[in-house]
Amino acid sequence: MPGQSLFDKIWDAHVIADLGSGTSLLHIDRHIMHDLGGGRGLRRLSELGHKLRNPELIFATPDHAISTEPGRTSETTPLSSGYMKVLREETKKHGVRLFELGEDGQGIVHVVGPEMGISLPGVTLVCGDSHTCTHGAVGAMAWGIGSSELVHVLATQTMVQAKPKRMRVSFSGRMHDWVRSKDLILYLIGRLGAAAGSGSAVEYAGPAIRALSMEARLSLCNLSIEMGARFGMIAPDDTTFEYLAGRPFAPEGRMWDRAVSHWRTLPSDPDAVFDREESIEVDAIAPQITWGTSPQDVIAVDGIIPDPASAANPSRRHEMELAQRYMGIEPGRPIAGTPVDRVFIGSCTNSRIEDLRDAAAVARGRQVAKNVTAWVVPGSYIVKCQGEAEGLDAVFRAAGFEWREPGCSQCVAANGDVVPPGQRCVSTSNRNFAGRQGPGSRTHLASPAMAAAAAVAGAITDIRQLA
Amino acid sequence: MTMFTVLEGVAAPLLRENVDTDTVIRIERLVSLEKVDLGHWAFETLRYRKDGSDNPDFVLNQPRYRGARILLAGRNFGCGSSREGAVHAILGMGIRCVIAPSFGDIFFSNCFQNGVLPIVLPQAEIDKLAEEARESAAGGAFAVDLEAQEIRTPGQRTVSFATDPNRRRALLQGLDPIATTLQRDGDIESFQQRDRQARPWIYG
Repeated sequence: MPGQSLFDKIWDAHVIADLGSGTSLLHIDRHIMHDLGGGRGLRRLSELGHKLRNPELIFATPDHAISTEPGRTSETTPLSSGYMKVLREETKKHGVRLFELGEDGQGIVHVVGPEMGISLPGVTLVCGDSHTCTHGAVGAMAWGIGSSELVHVLATQTMVQAKPKRMRVSFSGRMHDWVRSKDLILYLIGRLGAAAGSGSAVEYAGPAIRALSMEARLSLCNLSIEMGARFGMIAPDDTTFEYLAGRPFAPEGRMWDRAVSHWRTLPSDPDAVFDREESIEVDAIAPQITWGTSPQDVIAVDGIIPDPASAANPSRRHEMELAQRYMGIEPGRPIAGTPVDRVFIGSCTNSRIEDLRDAAAVARGRQVAKNVTAWVVPGSYIVKCQGEAEGLDAVFRAAGFEWREPGCSQCVAANGDVVPPGQRCVSTSNRNFAGRQGPGSRTHLASPAMAAAAAVAGAITDIRQLA
Repeated sequence: MTMFTVLEGVAAPLLRENVDTDTVIRIERLVSLEKVDLGHWAFETLRYRKDGSDNPDFVLNQPRYRGARILLAGRNFGCGSSREGAVHAILGMGIRCVIAPSFGDIFFSNCFQNGVLPIVLPQAEIDKLAEEARESAAGGAFAVDLEAQEIRTPGQRTVSFATDPNRRRALLQGLDPIATTLQRDGDIESFQQRDRQARPWIYG
């Protein structure tokens, strides 16, 4: 019998019942809820006449609908007021832990989970948000679910899940200066396409992944869903354990030792078999930037906007033309130098302390260009406090960036934070879909350092030239 | 859950690739505190012009495809966000079946939760179905038969498809997924009891 993959080991440990045809009833160890889906989900549970099965395994915090305006409260917008009311009432009624505004644990669900030690190696973790694949970076099996599945988890603490195919991407080589994990994953999606991971759980492996910090791994796994994969994961190692030790919900003392010895058994066996294997040389990767309306529309920042005439088939050509018309860019020209109106540094992809340090290193001693509005939105209350303790807020403010309160902000544009129609934004988020940051907004995805470079230059800029 | 047995109706070809769930339903429509007719806002950026009038170029606005119950779609349909409102929106337009070469995985799962049948077929087969839809009178009468797992076309062809047996049974019988799982409550309880011994740190 061949060895088992990381995914297989976690899957097998959570099977309550084999339902046949590759489908199992799986136990769910961790469920994180946000303001859009959490309160409504609990209310629906009661409407259907079901009881909450395991309140102790559920964690909730507002992020999607809450304003990130400095000095915000839940009443800053009618929308957040409405959602917070339901979230507060329902979590209280059901005895679910809620991390409130202005306390540790509040922030973007995918930043908060790992930083609070809620997301642990070997766990199954779900959340009503597609970027739940982020938590796979700690060696968890984590995936985004819909609102009906969410109620199912509340009632049963289980999911009925068809076993996905297993895919592994191995990264080797050394990353060049100013190349970040965001560039690695954008490059991979550009190479394989936005549907490459459909029906798959992807494990990222290889020496270049082992060399990444925990936060860089979280950014990388975050974009798995942009490659079509509901699950993205990285085997736990000492980097993982060092990151998690001492976190509020991580085990302690002898329990910690016991957990770590279990976690050390999780990495894929040397003879594990995958349905698909890919390998990437990171030496070949430059800082990336997207030009279109899908994360697969990506090039190196010193590259040329591709010509639709070079497309593999007529339908792809048509899509490239539509995307370029929407984005207001022309093929055949360098993408660097394209003027920008907005810069957004934040989101569940890139709003952690290392991201902010990286952007601050670029902003320090420089000024945001005239006509550019640049925002920094820390991913969580903890990140915000840490950033302020390190003086990063002062660096950003001095450079002309706005330093805001933690939340999803302009990544989801469901909270009053939008990019106005027709404006061009370099964003550290994960989706450049048409209208994602607000109706008519134009999004270019990049790393925090690249976004900061665009802010100070007033145009898409090769960070290697600026630095 | 809503039952799905045989669906008869017009099939509309919307063959663009990577149609994301933000395109299917915009976030502002979903998060509104008022009750919103999601069917009205499905595909709004493709379907309506800036002044709010219908965009005549959009396939579902063309007279022959109005009232379509089946959507013929491109690769990776429903990619992106987990928003189940994307399924509610197409359902609100009257669509009960989407046929595509591949789907966003979360959208695919969300379909079954709402009595919508997503069918995976090769691109070449979808192109043929789209051609029949374009050529036959009034979009043609297609029938999607879940019991037989076949599509009968206006051109008298029969195209078979596969569905996961558990999901097929749930749709055919209109099973409630939560009630079905709760029949195994004892299994869940004994799993947790065992697991509390093996991995006590999970339960804090």
